[in-house]
Amino acid sequence: MTEFLGYERPDGSVGVRNHLLVIAPIDCSYEPARKIADQVPGAVAITQTYGCGADSMLVHNLVGTALNPNVAGVLIVGLGCETLTGEMLVEQIEPSGKPVHNITIQELGGTIRTHERGVRLLQGMAQEAAKLKREPFPLGKLTLAVECGGSDATSGLAANPAVGVAADLLIDEGGSAMFGETQEMSGTQQVLARRAVNKQVAEDIYQIIEAQEGRLKAMGVDSRWMSKGNIDGGLTTIEEKSLGAVRKGGTKPIQGVLFNDWDRFDRPSKPGLYIMDGPGWDLPSVTHMVAAGAQVVCFTSGRGSTTGHAVAPVIKITGNPQTFAKMPDNMDVNAGTILDGSESLNSVGHRIFQMIVDTADGRLTKAEALGYHDYIVFKRSREAEHLLGHC
Amino acid sequence: MKAIQIDDRDNVATVTGDVKRGETVEILSPDGKVILKAKPVDDIAFGHKLSLRRIREGEEIIKYGEVIGVASRDIPAGEWVHTHNVDSARLNMAGEEVRGITG
Repeated sequence: MTEFLGYERPDGSVGVRNHLLVIAPIDCSYEPARKIADQVPGAVAITQTYGCGADSMLVHNLVGTALNPNVAGVLIVGLGCETLTGEMLVEQIEPSGKPVHNITIQELGGTIRTHERGVRLLQGMAQEAAKLKREPFPLGKLTLAVECGGSDATSGLAANPAVGVAADLLIDEGGSAMFGETQEMSGTQQVLARRAVNKQVAEDIYQIIEAQEGRLKAMGVDSRWMSKGNIDGGLTTIEEKSLGAVRKGGTKPIQGVLFNDWDRFDRPSKPGLYIMDGPGWDLPSVTHMVAAGAQVVCFTSGRGSTTGHAVAPVIKITGNPQTFAKMPDNMDVNAGTILDGSESLNSVGHRIFQMIVDTADGRLTKAEALGYHDYIVFKRSREAEHLLGHC
Repeated sequence: MKAIQIDDRDNVATVTGDVKRGETVEILSPDGKVILKAKPVDDIAFGHKLSLRRIREGEEIIKYGEVIGVASRDIPAGEWVHTHNVDSARLNMAGEEVRGITG
């Protein structure tokens, strides 16, 4: 059995990175929070941009990021008058046993005093985190998120199927994987529902895709339709287009749909493949999946992408050999070897699987080595959901 | 010229470059084995599909190991497979003016 080297957390989860997370619960305190994080190696600052209301969907994403096993310790830097308070986050982070501190600028008397206090707290957590040693763990402790963005005709042909092979290999060895972007599943309801492990999961699959089609319809868009470019590019039906996207999740049975909304915030309950009901937007989609516990991300892009993530390594895979040649600083894997027949689909899938394990062991992705810490939280419009009858 | 069968169950393969009619196309399995050499009677553009065997009218078109549509007429082995001989089981859009936001 393959093993990976990770850091064991007090709750039994295993991180592949040892980040310190600085959370500004509201964007008012983000700049001071970012400057505090800049002072200490391994620290990264995040925030959300939907105002300071105590919206549970925002709380779920911020808390989920803090609970991700790649995070060793948490510092919350608030302004002080926000409704979405640090205490709300602490309450949900503390049970994990992770160190978590909460300070506010108004209470400490300005940003310079907050900086001093914040850096001192982070410094202590950084020294403690550095004592942790990587140890071998079974792949049952590893969860992969798969994402695609900047797709082209090679995505459904090479990169997504190859990542799907890697996801299948990971699950065969006891691990977990998840894919999101519900709107890209349009037309695949029956296919995905057939792969559901039980009736409830099948019903959840129908429900999330129909709800997403309803949201798009409200905006005047029929998500079942394809562009002329799609058809000219060789996509014959919406089923084919959507299957090209969901194939990056592989072919295993679907254990469950993970909801990330106001009422529910799900994580995989046992190993295997999961669907994240999330936005069709790269960065927040990755945020959702990392908040649900994914420690490593595989991101396919035909056109090329630069995306990293605040706390998770993002492996960038392209099926387009020209893109790999043109963007060597950003793309980690060339799956374009499938196109000229110099490498088989399965062989590229094995290569990606090995890179997932190597990345878990500590190998830096290109985005990490460039210091990219992308982070965006997505929140649905509660008013729109109400009008659509979704809540 | 090459075409890729993505899943062992597929009855179509995707060409990895622009194919001229009569040109020999080697169809590779997911393991990289040549499973068929076809000489299509149509030009087939990069990213489009050809049939791996004869597909009868009404039969399912399988790609990614799943049904992507239904043959709207008989398709001989090694022929171009697209909107002219396949219908969606969900929404037929051949020739329609379409719009969408999902890239």
